[in-house]
Amino acid sequence: MHPAPSVIIFTIFSGLGFGLFFLLGLGFFLADYWLNFLLFFLAYGFSIIGLLSSLFHLGNPQRFLKAFSQWRTSWLSREGVFSTSTLIIMAPFAIGKIFLDKEFVILGIVGSVLAIVTIFCTAMIYAQLRTVPRWNSFLTPVLFVLYSLGGGAFLINEGRLAAFILILSSLLQVYAWLNGDQLFKKAVSNVESATGLGNIGKVRLLEGPHTGTNYLLKEMVYIVGRKHRIRLRIIGFILVGLLPGLILLLFNFNLLLLILAFLMHLIGISLIRWLFFAEAEHVVGLYY
Amino acid sequence: MEKISLTELPSTTHKKLGLVIDLDTCVGCHACVINCKEWNTSHYGAPLSDIEAYGENPVGTFLNRIHTYEVTPVQGLTQTVHFPKSCLHCEDAPCVTVCPTGASYKRSEDGIVLVNEDDCIGCGLCAWACPYGAREMDAAEGVMKKCTLCVDRIYNENIPEEDREPACVRTCPANARHFGDFSDPDSNVSKLSKERGGIDLMPEQLTKPVNKYLPPRAKAEISTDGEIDVLSPFLEPIASETTGFLSWLDKALDKI
Repeated sequence: MHPAPSVIIFTIFSGLGFGLFFLLGLGFFLADYWLNFLLFFLAYGFSIIGLLSSLFHLGNPQRFLKAFSQWRTSWLSREGVFSTSTLIIMAPFAIGKIFLDKEFVILGIVGSVLAIVTIFCTAMIYAQLRTVPRWNSFLTPVLFVLYSLGGGAFLINEGRLAAFILILSSLLQVYAWLNGDQLFKKAVSNVESATGLGNIGKVRLLEGPHTGTNYLLKEMVYIVGRKHRIRLRIIGFILVGLLPGLILLLFNFNLLLLILAFLMHLIGISLIRWLFFAEAEHVVGLYY
Repeated sequence: MEKISLTELPSTTHKKLGLVIDLDTCVGCHACVINCKEWNTSHYGAPLSDIEAYGENPVGTFLNRIHTYEVTPVQGLTQTVHFPKSCLHCEDAPCVTVCPTGASYKRSEDGIVLVNEDDCIGCGLCAWACPYGAREMDAAEGVMKKCTLCVDRIYNENIPEEDREPACVRTCPANARHFGDFSDPDSNVSKLSKERGGIDLMPEQLTKPVNKYLPPRAKAEISTDGEIDVLSPFLEPIASETTGFLSWLDKALDKI
């Protein structure tokens, strides 16, 4: 699949934002008034950057309001509904905490649930697709949720919790990669079933339908630079969880190192999300 | 007509309109591709744009494309199969249910899967959900384009009756494409599909395609033992005396 920057930014930042909302809603705060203000600012900032970025992926973004209508069937629509609901519910909670020095516990819990459901919906946009076997796995939502919570816990300075989640998710990521490498073969679809000619014999493309490229090839038959893919996985694995996790556990007192660790996490998650799209094979590629 | 307000699939459709594509007769001429492009660029919805049509990297939107495959059986001769591919108007169309805006829908009256372009935000998720590559985003309009089964021809009373079938079917010179109602067991398409063992593409994707493909017949084995002289290409022409105007012209020119 084509790793569009708009979608990579969308999944990373909305993941971070809603991960932060989840923990804030449950009452995880910092001791300092201004730092809490900053946390709410970051939660809103990240989630809104993410959602706005997703609009850049659209051919006709001016009609985005229509995307709230199909929540009964569409995960993308649900994502829109739950994300906006979270942003709305968390507003009075944030105002209460920052300006009135009150915690509206019920609102917070409702907001938390909405936030984690939002992350789940984001993941399900991809995980629901039977056409992309690598995504069509329970590991997709599990990893999306874990990365979001890990990033959120990091920002909220829950060092041990963040380290635990980040290291766990990076290990799970390795399993997801190795498992994902097998999924396309296991998914039964092959050029014989795609053309229905398997009863006759082995099928091979003799001539493509066009000499140039087309939308399908550009969007869904993206061939990753295979040369670097293993190297990128290793760098991603180290940066997304392992190194930040160790810094969180061993140097939790050093602000400079913590900022560095968070930047590492951001680079790591960007690499991992890029690979998430670039490595995913769509069954339509079987026709080519 | 039942108003469809959500992208839920209808539990049943009154008719099941679709195509039978005969892989045995398709000659791979691409006439259906061209007639499809012509009709659908000038009628329903946004035109099918071409980007850099005369440049170095031409790309365009098409609703129908022909692949050509080589099939090698364990025993016997290798076959060349021309393979037209367009929307299969699936009963369990995954492209419809993923749509966030309700732009994609399956009609309960005839089962045609359509896109209401005024509602399409161009997110592309339906194209991701389709295993067959039947949907293409138009680069100029930013909306999703797909086969409409020529919904603006098949019910169109302003055109002659013989033209009221999809443009690809109408134009096929080999008669490899057939249009009809699969819900009627006595329709041409139902009978063809039954007689020739019509198959679904990628049944494991659980989309229940309406369109059926008729498998190519086995290639005839041509034996050369005694029946055909391998030297026949070198034989003299049978007619030694020529007649008629061209014969006269030939002789006259020889004499000059």
